[in-house]
Amino acid sequence: MIAEVGFGALIVAFIVAIYGIVAAVYGARRHMEPWLESGRRAMLLTWPLITLSVVCLVSLLVSGHYEVQYVYNVTSNFMPLYLKITALWGGQAGSLVFWSWLMAAFASAVTLRKWERDREFLPWVIVVTLVTLAFFLGLVIFVENPFVRFWQMPDGRQAVAMFAPRGAIPLVPMDGRGLNPLLRHPGMILHPPMLYLGFVSFVIPYAFGVAALITGRTDDRWIRITRRWTLVAWLFLSLGLILGSRWAYDVLGWGGYWGWDPVEIAAFMPWLSGTAFLHSVMIQEKRGLFKRWNMILVILTYALVIFGTFLTRSGVLSSVHAFAQSAIGPLFFGFIALTFAASMGLLLYRWNDLRSEGVMTSLLSREALFLLNNLLFMGILVVCFWGVIYPLISEIVTGQKVTVGPSYYERSTGPLFAALLLLMGIAPLSAWGHSTVKTLGRALWKPLVASVLVVIGLWLSGVRAWSALLAFWLVALVTLVTLYEYYRAVVARHRRTGENYLLALWNLAGRNRRRYGGYIIHLGVVLMALGIIGIELFQTETQGTVQPGGSIRLGDYTMLFQRLDVFDTQDGRNVARAVVSVFKGDRFVGELHPRRDFFYDSQQTMTIPGVRSTMEDDFYVILVDWQSSAQGITFKVYHNPLVNWLWLGGLVFILGTLVAAWPDREGVPARARASQTLVTQRVKP
Amino acid sequence: MSGKVLRVFPSPLTVVLGIVLSLVLVGIVAGWASAQQPTPSDDEVNAIAKTMYCPVCENVPLDVCPTQACAQWRELIRQKLAEGWTEQQIKDYFVAQYGDRVLGEPPRRGLHWLVYVLPPLSFLVGVLILVNVFRNMRRPKEIAMSPGAAIQAAPSGDDPYVQQLEEELRRRERGD
Repeated sequence: MIAEVGFGALIVAFIVAIYGIVAAVYGARRHMEPWLESGRRAMLLTWPLITLSVVCLVSLLVSGHYEVQYVYNVTSNFMPLYLKITALWGGQAGSLVFWSWLMAAFASAVTLRKWERDREFLPWVIVVTLVTLAFFLGLVIFVENPFVRFWQMPDGRQAVAMFAPRGAIPLVPMDGRGLNPLLRHPGMILHPPMLYLGFVSFVIPYAFGVAALITGRTDDRWIRITRRWTLVAWLFLSLGLILGSRWAYDVLGWGGYWGWDPVEIAAFMPWLSGTAFLHSVMIQEKRGLFKRWNMILVILTYALVIFGTFLTRSGVLSSVHAFAQSAIGPLFFGFIALTFAASMGLLLYRWNDLRSEGVMTSLLSREALFLLNNLLFMGILVVCFWGVIYPLISEIVTGQKVTVGPSYYERSTGPLFAALLLLMGIAPLSAWGHSTVKTLGRALWKPLVASVLVVIGLWLSGVRAWSALLAFWLVALVTLVTLYEYYRAVVARHRRTGENYLLALWNLAGRNRRRYGGYIIHLGVVLMALGIIGIELFQTETQGTVQPGGSIRLGDYTMLFQRLDVFDTQDGRNVARAVVSVFKGDRFVGELHPRRDFFYDSQQTMTIPGVRSTMEDDFYVILVDWQSSAQGITFKVYHNPLVNWLWLGGLVFILGTLVAAWPDREGVPARARASQTLVTQRVKP
Repeated sequence: MSGKVLRVFPSPLTVVLGIVLSLVLVGIVAGWASAQQPTPSDDEVNAIAKTMYCPVCENVPLDVCPTQACAQWRELIRQKLAEGWTEQQIKDYFVAQYGDRVLGEPPRRGLHWLVYVLPPLSFLVGVLILVNVFRNMRRPKEIAMSPGAAIQAAPSGDDPYVQQLEEELRRRERGD
């Protein structure tokens, strides 16, 4: 019964979405208010309907209804309650329902707020979001239905169907197969939802962009309306990526945080184009330039969002994340092609209307440097896209699959990331409109000299690798420039208003959250860069096989193997857990427990490292093998310098995004008031 | 006398036996000598395995892959290293057995050159576009024309009030 209700709610939501599209298009074309209102209400109805379906699916998951195929595939009796709930997005069908649910929530939030203010755009925003929603609901209903059940046919065969075939009786397995072990982690609560929230919320700026194209509004209004949406989308996507990296570092047991896996890149690509978009919209807002480019970026970001979901969900690329393979690839591909072509068609239709309003006067102006930033982000995006897609091309053309591994990405993107850091050091000091070498030099020379002194200090302390020196110089430059910017502004404000320095800083950041939030983000990026430099350039590793009492040495650290415990747990795992003591020099610094978990239900193993973590470095121990060697237990040991700065930088980065995206208490009502007054004025005459 | 000589000269059977014996001895000595070479360490094996992938565990480098099959591959690498093979010979051996996909990057030949050529080429195209944009933007003729263009760019049927509002809002943005 629950399954029928859940499926029924999805079908009704799908029909309502289709109706909403028709009503909104008709209402907008004919300027008929009742139809528009009807379309809007249809939009608002989708969320409660999908919510009902989600509630049904979660209740099936939690109560162990293993006759439902999805429940059987992603849960088992052993799993704790929180994992049974998160299993909603642990498999393909469920995660598509979850995607649709978030999409409906975001689209509803847009139409509930500011309906009066943005009435010109909103019918088309409804159309775009509902088309996306209808596509996902269609996939769920017709291809990947999470409510299908097992049936025993009269002739003894088993069948999978939504409704009972003639003469069949329900088949209820005693236990499920359980979630993929890689996903049985607290990270499962946050990482996938954050990525999905990021994906889904990027649909909103795209929808407004398309609405602006359709209605012929060629100014920056759509950008200003969606600025906060874009930042929120970016925040979620960044959070999703950072949490995913941390999860990989903690669980996947390869000593790293980022493996350039196609599914990681799938989430990274919309982040790249989204970051380029966040910067380039400022050029349009401040200077009225590059309207076409902003449209291209937002269309590209939307296409990459759907492409990212496609990569994860279609099974077209095999990767460590490829636990969700199915035959929905062609449908996704068709949808991406169709929406991309339609959006680009619209853009070409408005091409001449979207001319720049101003001119660029200086190669060193902020807008010129932002364009360079966009070029670098696009460069990284091309490297990523090409690396992900090339194995498919090779397979199609030559019949042979190839691997495009981390070395390709690191070599190709390294210089581009370095150039981005350099720009982060220079661009904040340049002015909008006009900057010369002289003005820029005047602002830059102090941080520049200080950063060179940092490098000299590093050289004197024994760092000789030129790549490390260059990387640390860039980090120092960006940090100093950013802090110098704060310092100059705080001192100026202190002089003008007499406020003390702390209050001046607070008020400064409060008055221009976007700018100073942006600087905090930059500081977060350099801290993250510090962690990345540490692990990429200075990571060392060794592997050895030892008996109890034996030790492995790596750098200053020594790991002493004490004993190995092998035992079964109540939640269906066989655990092999080593106890090792860690010494730094001669000093005992802690005990670690690297382990291997074998999951009986899914017959898979998982490697969980033991990590001794400080801001200086991580000592990271993996249990490699305890069965096949007569000489003892094999361990792999990594020394990861500075890696914790990556996580600290991630926190600062998120803080900065929150500051930049925090709603303006005074500004927004003032704007709403202003537009209301004008609307009243419009109506009166 | 000659009979004595003949007696001293070994019989054909003895010659064959002698050759076999000496071959066995040489084999033992050689084997002993090779056993004296240190067995390649895990780190030496991992240094090669790090850049290789087995066809089953896609996108998991061979050095950290936990499956039995990959452990066997690592043992095979160790064996080949012990036999004195170079890294390149070992990789060639695996490529011959399992195809190009075992390598961390496509080999630089034929179609695979696209992997390495296309990104820098497209970046170059991006640079050219950017240079073109800068040049066009800075042309005095364009500057003179731009206010007209700006007026043209505004939607013809736009409401003056809305335009006024937009302008006010933009000024606010610039002001902060």
